[in-house]
Amino acid sequence: MIRFDHITKLYKGNARPALNAVTLEILRGEFVFLVGASGSGKSSFLRLVLKEENPSQGQIHVLGQNLGQLTSRKVPYFRRNLGVVFQDFRLLPQKNVFDNVAFSLQVIGKSKGFIQEAVPDVLKMVGLAGKTNRLPHELSGGEQQRVAIARAIVNKPAILLADEPTGNLDPSTSAGIMTLLERISQSGTTVIMATHDAGIVDQMQRRVIELVSGQIVRDERQGGYQTQNIPLQGFGPASVARSDLGIAGQADEVGR
Amino acid sequence: MRFGLIMSEVGSGLRRNISMVVSVVLVTFISLTFVGAAILLQFQIGQMKGYWNDRAQVSVYMCTDSSTAGQCNLVEATKAQKAGVEAQLKSPALGDLIKSVTFENHDQVYKNYKTYFKDTTGADFITPAFLSETFSINLKDPSKADVIRESVASLAGVEQVVDQRKYLDPIFAALNAASLTAVSIAMLMLVAAVLLIATTIRLSAFSRRRELGIMRLVGASNRFIQTPFILEGVIAALIGSVLASLAVVSIVRFFVQGYLGSQSLDTPFIGMSEAYVVVPILLVVGAVLAATSASFAISRYLKV
Repeated sequence: MIRFDHITKLYKGNARPALNAVTLEILRGEFVFLVGASGSGKSSFLRLVLKEENPSQGQIHVLGQNLGQLTSRKVPYFRRNLGVVFQDFRLLPQKNVFDNVAFSLQVIGKSKGFIQEAVPDVLKMVGLAGKTNRLPHELSGGEQQRVAIARAIVNKPAILLADEPTGNLDPSTSAGIMTLLERISQSGTTVIMATHDAGIVDQMQRRVIELVSGQIVRDERQGGYQTQNIPLQGFGPASVARSDLGIAGQADEVGR
Repeated sequence: MRFGLIMSEVGSGLRRNISMVVSVVLVTFISLTFVGAAILLQFQIGQMKGYWNDRAQVSVYMCTDSSTAGQCNLVEATKAQKAGVEAQLKSPALGDLIKSVTFENHDQVYKNYKTYFKDTTGADFITPAFLSETFSINLKDPSKADVIRESVASLAGVEQVVDQRKYLDPIFAALNAASLTAVSIAMLMLVAAVLLIATTIRLSAFSRRRELGIMRLVGASNRFIQTPFILEGVIAALIGSVLASLAVVSIVRFFVQGYLGSQSLDTPFIGMSEAYVVVPILLVVGAVLAATSASFAISRYLKV
């Protein structure tokens, strides 16, 4: 589904790579948490999957396509298979809930009939069936994020990328969002979620990929926000340096 | 569906940026009016050149008994001298250069004179004998007038050889200068128009950057994203082009045909057919310029 092959991403004017020789594979239907401090490369990872950026080295395959060989003309069509959700929702303030979701279908040329059918369905699924005519500022944060999720999945993407979707929400609202994401995952969509929310990660017990300074230091099948096991996937220098990285509470966790 | 969506995007873009759109309209209007004026001037020059080239370009004036200029000595040119000039003009060396020669005797010249100068005081005192008999020569290549002069001016009985084009050259020079001025002003204005269109489109894209970001995220094709912006620029420029076309047509209709035409000047003027040639040129130039600068301006927002 998604394969990174020794991906290094360097940004201009910064000698330290945002991602450093990252190799990983994410399978169909997986629910993956991407954890790590700010600047550890989580957002770069998501941007690379979307082909908003190109890697400095290495090859990325997403949905069977080699992104390096994808022409810029084909990128929009590639992106129709991906849904994206952000921390700041990114809704259009002057459009109501229905139109916000419909907009993403209109601009990829879907027919009016399809939109009339698909949008109410997806709004019902995210639990906003009764609020189709509200404007974004009339909704709570959690509801706005539900609209954003509805927009991301209305076209039935194979992959849903979520960049800290609960970052602006209180814990109980976050839990609601997570239930929704889990339901989406169960329908067969691959979900990749970058997050800082330890509680959510610990509770969900899904695959966890931890990035530190652009390197994968941990890739656990059913992990928490901080590891309780010896890292499954570790690169020599990274695992050696692990004790120096000052991961708080590690000692406590091990004993739990 | 998609067409309706694109047009509503165009409409909202135009409304949102109304002051910039008005300035784009005005600048394209003025610049294309200058372009049109330059083209019309070139048409006028071409028409005048054609008109004068069809007429006599070189006149050979024969002596009268009141003239001392040239080879004259207060003696009327004799029949033999006239025959000599005619023979010289028909000789193989000159004959090849000449399209036609007409000879006008005193009475014919006087008749022409009377029609041209009928309102002039003193015209009544002129008698046919004062006016030179004339060979009017039409050349195949008007620039060869000097050859005729050199070979005929020294013949007996010739008062003078006049190249009529030398009277026209300053007029053509003035018209050419006016045309060049119009072209240079038009170029400067067009540069301003292109930059203004690019700025307008950029502004419009900036005010819609949220929509653009979401469009790119959900996979709207580049063509779909850029079409409303290009149409926005093209529509604004086309309004300017239409105004410029109206201006050009009214210049021809009311100034050239209405005012200059009523002056009964002995010059042919361009008519509506030339104006109607200019109109499509202006429309196409306006649309193409706007489309190119707009697509250039929007390309920055389409980078993936």
